[in-house]
Amino acid sequence: MSDDTSATDAAQSEEEGAPSGHDDNAGAGIRFGAIVEESLGDTVLHASVEQYLHTATAAHADGFALLVDLTAVDFLTYAGTRTLPDAVSAERFEVVTSLFNPQRRERIRIRVQVSAADAAVASMFDLWPGSELLEREVYDLFGIEFTDHPDMCRVLMPDDWVGHPLRKDYAVSSIPVQFKAASNIR
Amino acid sequence: MRVPGVGDTGEILDDGLGGLEHNFVTGSVENLVQWARSRSLWPATFGLACCAIEMMASGTAHYDLSRYGMEVFRASPRQADLMIVAGRVSQKMAPVLRQVYDQMMEPKWVISMGVCASSGGMFNNYAIVQGVDQIVPVDVYAPGCPPGPETLMHAIFTLHEQIQTGELVKRREASGGGAALMIEQRDGQTAGSSIGS
Amino acid sequence: MSTVEHDTADADAAEMATGHSVSRVHRRGDDSAVLRMSEAEAAQIGNDPSTYDDDERVLLNMGPSHPSTHGVLRLMLEMEGETVRRSKPVVGYLHTGMEKQAEQLTYLQGCTNVTRMDYASPLFTELAFSLATEKLLGIEVPERATWIRMLMCELNRMASHLLFMATNGMDLGAVGMMIYGWREREEVLRFLEKVTGLRMNHNYIRPGGVAADMHDGWEADIERLLELIPPRLEEYDILMTGQPIWRERLQGVGALNADEALALSATGPILRSTGFAWDLRRDDPYLAYPEVDFDVIVGSYGDCYDRYAIRLNEIRESMWIVEQILDNMPSGDYRVQDKKVTPPPRVRIDQSMEALIHHFKIFTEGYKVPEGETYAAVESPRGELGVYMVSDGTSKPYRMHVRGPSFINVQTMPHLMQNGLIADGVAIISSIDPIMGEVDR
Repeated sequence: MSDDTSATDAAQSEEEGAPSGHDDNAGAGIRFGAIVEESLGDTVLHASVEQYLHTATAAHADGFALLVDLTAVDFLTYAGTRTLPDAVSAERFEVVTSLFNPQRRERIRIRVQVSAADAAVASMFDLWPGSELLEREVYDLFGIEFTDHPDMCRVLMPDDWVGHPLRKDYAVSSIPVQFKAASNIR
Repeated sequence: MRVPGVGDTGEILDDGLGGLEHNFVTGSVENLVQWARSRSLWPATFGLACCAIEMMASGTAHYDLSRYGMEVFRASPRQADLMIVAGRVSQKMAPVLRQVYDQMMEPKWVISMGVCASSGGMFNNYAIVQGVDQIVPVDVYAPGCPPGPETLMHAIFTLHEQIQTGELVKRREASGGGAALMIEQRDGQTAGSSIGS
Repeated sequence: MSTVEHDTADADAAEMATGHSVSRVHRRGDDSAVLRMSEAEAAQIGNDPSTYDDDERVLLNMGPSHPSTHGVLRLMLEMEGETVRRSKPVVGYLHTGMEKQAEQLTYLQGCTNVTRMDYASPLFTELAFSLATEKLLGIEVPERATWIRMLMCELNRMASHLLFMATNGMDLGAVGMMIYGWREREEVLRFLEKVTGLRMNHNYIRPGGVAADMHDGWEADIERLLELIPPRLEEYDILMTGQPIWRERLQGVGALNADEALALSATGPILRSTGFAWDLRRDDPYLAYPEVDFDVIVGSYGDCYDRYAIRLNEIRESMWIVEQILDNMPSGDYRVQDKKVTPPPRVRIDQSMEALIHHFKIFTEGYKVPEGETYAAVESPRGELGVYMVSDGTSKPYRMHVRGPSFINVQTMPHLMQNGLIADGVAIISSIDPIMGEVDR
C-alpha cells in the first residue's frame, strides 16, 4: 500500500472514475454529473447540494442498488488543510453517501458540501428506502435536514433533546473525575 | 444419616411431637426471613449491553446461577427482587430504569454490574448517565468491563451474606440510600483450564 | 435441511432477483408497514380516542425492557387483534456517544471504544477500525498477523452465531437451546480468553496487527474445539432443524425478497436468506480470505427459517476455515515493525532511549495519522460492518463513523412483521439478530 494520501492526489489531478464507461457527461473527471476524485483507492464523487439528487438517481439507474452508508462530517475544527477539487467549495458540513453496485462489485462515495446556514439536502428515501434511519441519525446528531424525508425526527437522542451532539461546537460533556489518590480535585 | 452443618443424626426417628428437639427448627422470624430472602432472589431482566451477555452466561450451565435459586430472570418487575443493572444507561433509558425500579415490590436490591453502571465507565460523555446510583440506590457495585460471571457471582454472594446477616439494612440506614458495597474482580479463574473440560 | 443451498466460491454472485415488486418498502403514508408516528401523537391517542380513525386498531408498546434477549429495542405496534399491521422500531436506548468518544481517544485507544459496539462479536468492529486506520497510515500488516486476525474473527463468528442459536431458541420456547448454545460458546470464549486475556470486548486486533501472539499449544486447543463442536451441532439439528414445531414457527414467517432487502440496505444473513449470494469475504475480500476455501450459504425463501439455517451452517463453514488456518498459519511477526506505530517490546525500553521515547509517545500522545478519509468494511455475523474514518493529521480520529449492520437491518423489521401475529414478531426480531450496542452506538 503506498503512502500517498488523497491530499496530494486531489490537489494535482482529477482522475477518471471506475472502469465502466457509464458517464453522464462526457469528459474526464465527471461521472453522473459530479467531479471524480481518487481517495486511497476509493472513488469519490463530489456533488453540489443541487446536483446531489441527480447524481444519486443516475448512480441508482446505473446499478448502484445498495446504499451502504450515509453519514456526515463537521469540519468546523479541522486541523489539517482541506484539499478538495477546484470546482468544489468547502463548507462546514459534508454529507457522505456510500453506494455499492453488486453486479460490478464497485463502490463509490458521494460527498456533498453543506453549509451551516442552509443545512439541508435531498433525501434518498425514494431511491433507497434503507436511507430512512441513516438520514434520521444525521439529522439527530448534526442537524442537517433531509427534504422530503418521510419521518424527519430524532432517532438516537430523546425527542426533547436540545442540540446536535456530533457537531464540533457541542461539547463531549464529560464530567471531571476525582481520583482517590489525587491531592487536588481535577 | 449425615446432615451438612448439623452432623450425624443417627437414624431418622419418626416420633413426631415426641421428639421436639430433633424434629423442629427454631429461630427468630428475622433470621428465617433473611435466610429465605437471600436464598431465593429473583433477578429482573435489566440487561442493557455487553454486561447482559455475561449475566446470561452466569445463568447458563457453566456457571449456573440456578444452584442459588436465581436462574429465573423475571421479566415482570412485580415478580422480581433484585435488579442487576447490566450495562450502560443512556439518557433515554434513565426514566425507564427508574420506572422499572419503582414497579418492583419491597424488599428489593440493586446490583450495579460493570463499570458503566457503577460510574459511567469509559463513556464519560453526554450520552451516558455517570453511574446508576444517580437514579436508583445501589447495594453492590461490581467492577469489570464486563465483569465475568465469577465477579457477578461474587457480587451476588456478597449481597446474599449481607442480607442474611442483616448488615445490608444497617448500611442502608447509615447511607440513606443503597448499601454501596464495593467488591473486587474475581475473573480469570478458568483461564488455565483446557477446552472441553 | 431442505431450503438451504450452498453457493460455491467461484459462482457468479451478482444476479439480482427479477420480477418482484419493491413498492411495499417505498411507501410513505398510512399504507406503509412503517408506523411513522411520533411519541406525542401516540400519547394523544390515549387522551382522545377519536383522533385515531380506525376502531379496530390498538397501539401497543413492546419494550425497551422486555424478556426477548435482544437488548433495549422498543417497538410501537399497531395491532388489529393479534395481527401486527404497522410497527415502528424505536431505538436510541443504548446510545453511548461512541462516535463522539472516538474523537477524544487516540487510534490505539480507539479499539477499546469500538469493540463495545457489537458486543457479541467485538473483534469484527476492532478489525474494521484497524483496517481503516491502516489504510490511512499506509502500512501493511505482516502475514501472520493477518492470519491470526482471520482465525480470531472466524472464532468470534462462531461464538456470535452460537449466541444467536441460543437466544433464538429461547425466544421461541426451546429453553434448553439457551443452555446448549451457551455451553458451546463458553468453549470458544475460553480459547479467546487464553489468547486475548478477556472473554469479551477484547481490544486485541489493533492498527498494525494484533496485541499479542498466540499462546503455546494453541493448535491443540483449536483441534480440541473442532472435535467438540460438530457433534453438538448435530444435536441442534435434532432439537430444532428437523423438528415440526420449529418449522411451523419459522417457515414462511417474515419473508422478504432480494430486491426489497437490497432496497432496505439489509446485508448479512438477511440478504443471503433471500437468495442473493453476497458475502464480503468472497465478493470484496479483505485479510487473507482469497486463500481459504469456503462456501457462502444462501437461502431461498427469505424467511426466518432460512436465516436460522444459514447461521447454523455458517458455524460449520467457520470451522472449516479455522481448520484451514490451522494448517496454513504462517510464522512471522504478529504486528507491523514500524516504530512509529507499534510500541516496542518491554525489554527494549530498558535498553534503548529511543524505544522508551517511542513507547511514551505512542501511549500518551498517540501516533499521528496522515490526513485523508477512507472506508473499510468487513463481513460481520450481522452483515457489512464498515468504518468511515476522516483523519486531520493529528493523533485522534477527526470523525469516525461505524456503519453498523444491525442499525440498518432494523429497518426491515416493520416490513417483515406486517400482517403477522405478534408471536411471529418475536421470531422475526430474533432472526434479524440485532445487537443494540451497534444499533445505537
